[in-house]
Amino acid sequence: MARKILLEKTGIEGIRNYDVYRKNGGYASVEKALKMTPDEIVEEVKKSGMRGRGGAGFPMGMKWSFIDKKSGKPRHLVCNADESEPGTFKDRYLMEYIPHLLIEGMIASSYALEANLSYIYIRGEYMWIFKILEKAIKEAYANGWLGKNIQGSGYNLDLYVHCGAGAYICGEETALIESLEGKRGNPRMKPPFPAVSGLWAEPTVVNNVESISNVPWIILNSGDEYAKIGIGRSTGTKLISASGHCKNPGVYEIELGLSVDEFMNSDEYLGGMMNDRPLKALIPGGSSVPILPEHLIFKTANGEDRLMTYESLSDGGFQTGSMLGSGGFIVYNDTSCIVRNTWNFSRFYHHESCGQCSPCREGTGWMEKVLHRIETGHGTEEDIELLWSIQSKIEGNTICPLGDAAAWPVAAAIRHFREEFEYHIRFPEKIKNRDHFVDEPMSRLVVKS
Amino acid sequence: MERTTIKQEINISESLMERINELLSHYPSDKKKSALLPVLHAVQDAHDHWLSVELMDKVAEILEIQPIEVYEVVTFYTMYAQKPRGKYPLEFCRTSCCMLRGAEDMMDYTCNKLGIKENEVTPDGMFSVHGVECLGACGYAPMLQLGDFNHEHLTKEKIDQLIEDCRAGKIDLV
Repeated sequence: MARKILLEKTGIEGIRNYDVYRKNGGYASVEKALKMTPDEIVEEVKKSGMRGRGGAGFPMGMKWSFIDKKSGKPRHLVCNADESEPGTFKDRYLMEYIPHLLIEGMIASSYALEANLSYIYIRGEYMWIFKILEKAIKEAYANGWLGKNIQGSGYNLDLYVHCGAGAYICGEETALIESLEGKRGNPRMKPPFPAVSGLWAEPTVVNNVESISNVPWIILNSGDEYAKIGIGRSTGTKLISASGHCKNPGVYEIELGLSVDEFMNSDEYLGGMMNDRPLKALIPGGSSVPILPEHLIFKTANGEDRLMTYESLSDGGFQTGSMLGSGGFIVYNDTSCIVRNTWNFSRFYHHESCGQCSPCREGTGWMEKVLHRIETGHGTEEDIELLWSIQSKIEGNTICPLGDAAAWPVAAAIRHFREEFEYHIRFPEKIKNRDHFVDEPMSRLVVKS
Repeated sequence: MERTTIKQEINISESLMERINELLSHYPSDKKKSALLPVLHAVQDAHDHWLSVELMDKVAEILEIQPIEVYEVVTFYTMYAQKPRGKYPLEFCRTSCCMLRGAEDMMDYTCNKLGIKENEVTPDGMFSVHGVECLGACGYAPMLQLGDFNHEHLTKEKIDQLIEDCRAGKIDLV
C-alpha cells in the first residue's frame, strides 16, 4: 500500500467527531507547534518543499515567508476551500470526512503566521460541508483549541467558516478576498500582493485546503522527512480526484512520482477504463490544463515514462505536455467528442468570467459561440483559425489567470485534435444526425466516421 | 438586475435575526459588510429561496450598507435567485465530467418527465430544472443538487424515485 499522510485516518469510524479524532492523535501538532517559535514552523514548511496544492504549485513556505510581520497590522490566514475547477473534488473529500485535520492545520499555520483571525472560505455549493465544519469548529472551541489563550500558551485565534455563493472566480486568491469582504468576486491587480495588503488591506496568506492539511504532519515529522517523499522538487503526497471514463473514479492519495501508467491501470487506483473501452485523451490537472492525446499520456515526447509530478506532467511545455494543476484527473474514452468537450469548457469559462477584463469577458463568449457552431455542424474552415486567434489574444492579457485557463484548453484541443474539428466542419450532416436519445448515454458524443 | 412583479412576504423572524447576529459576530464590528454573502444565504433560505428587491433592501438596512452593494452581489453570484423557483429546484451539473457520464440525458429525461424546459417551473410550483456549472462531484457523476444536498450517481430510476419522494414531502432541502 502506498504511503498516506492526508487520508491515513479517514477510514476510522467516527473520525469526523472531535473525541475520536483526538483519541487518534489529533491536535498533537498544535501542542508541538505552540512550543516552537512561529519562524521555526515556517522554516520546517520551507524545508518540506511542499508546493501549493490548489493548482499553481507555488512553494508554500516561500509564500508564508512573504507575509508582512513588520507593519504590526493584524494578519490573517484564509483557507481557500472554493474548490470549483472542473474535475477537482479532493478538498471536499478531506473536509467532509476528516474536518478536524483542516482545523488543526489552520491553527498551527495561523500560529506560524502570527495571525489571530482566520477564515475558511468554502464554496456555497458545499453547504452541507459548511455545516460539518461549523460543528467541528465549535468542538475545537469547546476543547480549548480556539479562542483566547489556546492550551495555556497565550496565543489567541478565532477561526470561522465563510461561504461563497457560486462563483468559480473566487478560487483566485484576490477575488476570494474581495468576496470575503462582501463584494463581487473581481480579482485585484497585483502588486500589492495579499501578503502585504489582503483582507481589509491587512497582510493575508491564502492557502488551499490540501496544503494546510499537510502542515500537521510536517510539524510532527519535520520538513526534512516530508521532503524525502516524492521525487526531486515534487515532494510529498498529492490527492488526485479522478473522473470521466475510468473504472474507479474517486479521490486517491498518491506519492508524487508514481507513474501515470500505474495510476491509470493498477487495481489499487483507477483500474483501467470503464467497460474496457480504449483510452483517447487525458486531462491530468483540472479543466484548465492542456488535454493530452493518447500517445503523450504514458510517455513524454522524449520517450520517458510520464510520472505524476509537477515536472514530468509539464515535460515538453504546452506543445507535448500539460500540468499537474489541482490534480483533477479527467479520463476520456474513444467515444468522447473533443469538440463538444471543448465547447463545454468554453461555456463554463464564459459563465464564470467576472467580466472585468475585456479579452476574457468577450473572448470566452466568442469561443463558446464559435465552438457551438462547429459542434452543431455549422462551422466553416476559417473557424479553426478564428478560435486560435481568439485564444491567443486572451492568454496573458487579463488581470487574473482565468483568461489563461479559458484559452489553454482550446489551444490544446486544436493542437492535438485538429482533425476532429475539421471532421465536424467537413461532414456537418453526420454531426447533425448524431443520436440524442438512446440507451447508451455517451453515444451522444460518438463521432460516427 | 431582474425585476419581478411578484410580491414577496418579508419576515425577519427572531430565529433568523439570531442567526444573522451570529454570522455578524464572525467579523470585526466595523466590517459588517463582510457578512453579506452568508447573511444572504440565511435570508434566502428563510424566504422560499429567492430574494426580491425589497428583501435585498432589508438586508442592506440590517448590515448598514447601501442597497446597491447588495444588488451588486446578488447579481454576481449564481446561488442567489432573483425570482421564485420551484419548491424543489433540481440543479443538474452539466460540465464536462458530468457530461461524459450522461448528465445531458438525465436533464432531458427530467425535463420531459416534468413537462418543462430548463429554468421553467411546473404549474403546481413544485419543481424547476436548471443546468449549472461544475458542482465538485465529478467522480460521482451524473449528479444534481437539491437544496443543500447532492444526489449522485444518477439514473432514470433514481430521478423517478427522487421526484416521488419530493411529492411525498420526504426530501429535506436544508
